[in-house]
Amino acid sequence: MCLAIPVLIKSIEDKEAEAEVGGITRRISLWLTPEAKVGDYVLVHTGYAINVLDQEQAEETLALLREIAESEEAG
Amino acid sequence: MKYITEFRRSELAEGLISHIKHGSKTPARFMEFCGGHTVTIFRYGIRQVLPQNIEMVSGPGCPICVTANADLDKAIALAQIPGVIIATFGDMLKVPGSRSSLQKIKAEGAEVMTVYSTMDALKIAEDNPDKPVVFLGIGFETTAPTVAASILQAEEKGIENYYVLSLHKLCPPVIRALLDAGEVELQGLVCPGHVSTIIGSHPWEFIASEYGIPCVISGFEPLDILQCVDMLVSQVEKGQSKVEIAYKRGVRPGGNRQALKLMEQVFEPCPARWRGIGEVADSGLKLREKYQRFDAEANFTIEPGPAVEPAGCICGDILRGVKTPSDCPLFGRVCTPESPVGPCMVSTEGSCSACYLYGEGLGG
Amino acid sequence: MEDKILLAHGSGGRLAHDLVEKSFVKTLANPLLARLDDSAVFEVSGRLAFTTDSYVVSPIFFPGGDIGRLAVCGTVNDLAMSGARPLYLSLAFIIEEGLLLSELEKIVNSVRLAAGEAGVEIVTGDTKVVPRGSADRLFINTAGVGLIPEGVDISGDKARPGDKVILSGAIGDHGIAVMSQREGISFATTLKSDCAPLGGLVADMLEASRNINCLRDPTRGGLASTLNELAGQSKASIRIEEKDIPVREAVLGACEMLGFDPLYIANEGRLVAIVPPEDADKILKAMKNNKYGREAVIIGEVAAKPPGRVVMKTVLGAHRIVDMLVGDLLPRIC
Repeated sequence: MCLAIPVLIKSIEDKEAEAEVGGITRRISLWLTPEAKVGDYVLVHTGYAINVLDQEQAEETLALLREIAESEEAG
Repeated sequence: MKYITEFRRSELAEGLISHIKHGSKTPARFMEFCGGHTVTIFRYGIRQVLPQNIEMVSGPGCPICVTANADLDKAIALAQIPGVIIATFGDMLKVPGSRSSLQKIKAEGAEVMTVYSTMDALKIAEDNPDKPVVFLGIGFETTAPTVAASILQAEEKGIENYYVLSLHKLCPPVIRALLDAGEVELQGLVCPGHVSTIIGSHPWEFIASEYGIPCVISGFEPLDILQCVDMLVSQVEKGQSKVEIAYKRGVRPGGNRQALKLMEQVFEPCPARWRGIGEVADSGLKLREKYQRFDAEANFTIEPGPAVEPAGCICGDILRGVKTPSDCPLFGRVCTPESPVGPCMVSTEGSCSACYLYGEGLGG
Repeated sequence: MEDKILLAHGSGGRLAHDLVEKSFVKTLANPLLARLDDSAVFEVSGRLAFTTDSYVVSPIFFPGGDIGRLAVCGTVNDLAMSGARPLYLSLAFIIEEGLLLSELEKIVNSVRLAAGEAGVEIVTGDTKVVPRGSADRLFINTAGVGLIPEGVDISGDKARPGDKVILSGAIGDHGIAVMSQREGISFATTLKSDCAPLGGLVADMLEASRNINCLRDPTRGGLASTLNELAGQSKASIRIEEKDIPVREAVLGACEMLGFDPLYIANEGRLVAIVPPEDADKILKAMKNNKYGREAVIIGEVAAKPPGRVVMKTVLGAHRIVDMLVGDLLPRIC
């Protein structure tokens, strides 16, 4: 359930933001993520940001998956 | 697209699949609760790449599928009140109620509008001040805070004609009910990703501590599911049972405090009816007294008529993971996406729909 | 106060006659139409392709085109899919009372431009005006006639195991561009409809090789529905690879946001060709040399089993069925 995708915040006005994904821009609500800043990636579900994506964690996860892939290839 | 396409890369998938195959020795049945996970699993053919000893079974995590006929009938009855505009997510349109569906009554002239967001519903209310606009509140803890926010916005802006029919449901209580029913033996749970974004990881602790079942919170891309399975396998092989977050970029242990705050401000738990499971205490949300003026149940006389379940439909059993779509006598014959009998076939996330559309087992 | 179309414009009287002469005939300038006889009379010899279509797109203006361009391109493309050189079109308007004259003129001009590009003439037409509420601003019905060159035999049931499946360009542009204008799910994008006349592309392909088994344009229902139709008619299986299907980032973005699958989104300027393997490369080359085939790519091939089914290899290497579109595309939360 709960389709939510990462979008990039381009600008903020009051409790709303212009967000972009793949060249598509849409107005989203920041009512649930008042801490979001321009330049953040947020997960958007039905027009509302539900989380500020943790970019560091995203990179760490990818690094971990790369490690697993490499060790499997070697092993 | 950043943070989406990276988590679909085939070479990383290969690594995970290989790691799972090497690590998994014990037969294990894992349940994915969340409809979004069901879709990913079917869409990418994840069952086909997992080793034979791992069985994936789908649970009642599709909010459309678990909406009881009686509740859908309420929505249909509301839509039939002259002058009322119903704003709904697209998912609900084709689901058959006891006698009709929102799509059918729309064709008969009822004003039913599909929206992507409550923001759109609020706009419809603003553009049509003389007509009551009722938003169909479907969804779990991911969606409920957005609906709470819409009510607070309506209050702020002085929008007098916006209402919500709350059919929202909560996940942890129903998982407990499912486990208590003891119909399906599970060695692991793929925990909902975005529900956890809101509620955090603590609400799932009871599954690991009281029932001894490993839990891993997963994202929605194919690599996320594979990583989750990999972590579940690891717990199973080590004899552990704890709650882990695989979806670290999207979930913090404490969840989203602001979202929880708004949800608790506007809603309170109430008993709710789950299709195939029955009534589960404290598993639904209703509007608090303070927000009665937005509550469709309190402001309209809703006469849905008697609730009727379709004969032969075993959606309930499928939702509980007890049966699979191919066990259903109606599947693919009488019940198809073009003419669905039960919600498991209508909802894009329903097991039957996913199974039918993606033809699990065919091809290859 | 802007000029509007009134019921009287469709009644056949002075107002109607003026509208037809001043707006339609003048803009679409061709000798057959200018005669304003009840039917256009012409001589054609050879095998003819004949098609009809109705256009009810909403909104009538969208990024990259309008209902007028759509009407011409859609009809021309139906003819082209039989291998025909499109020749003449009929154009019938059903106008909702109250449509602005300026909007109608814009659309007729689009028709002119599209027809010019496609090399066809609008030789006969009709105009009706209906009361407010009886039509969604403007409906267009067309019919088209084209000439099929000797030795060309293209049909949906001719796909054979081993044939290659070629797609002329990225999918989903039209559907998403139109959707971006719809109330309730609006979003901003620079994406334009891919609406285009493909007669020239098909002619180039036929020049490279007459051995084209199937041609079809994936309009409503998207690539998935079209491939299913062909697989069904040919009683064969079509096997495609997910990684080979071109989709623009903007289309992916919109689909992710709204919960759509690009395979089901409408296209109005793309075609699918099924050709024998030995002809695939030269046909592909000819396509890439044409304005509307630059992104052409082989996306899969035809197999014997399972007959009537489309099977896609996912990025994980697993296989799944791609079914036809069922009902309407609706944005979802789950």
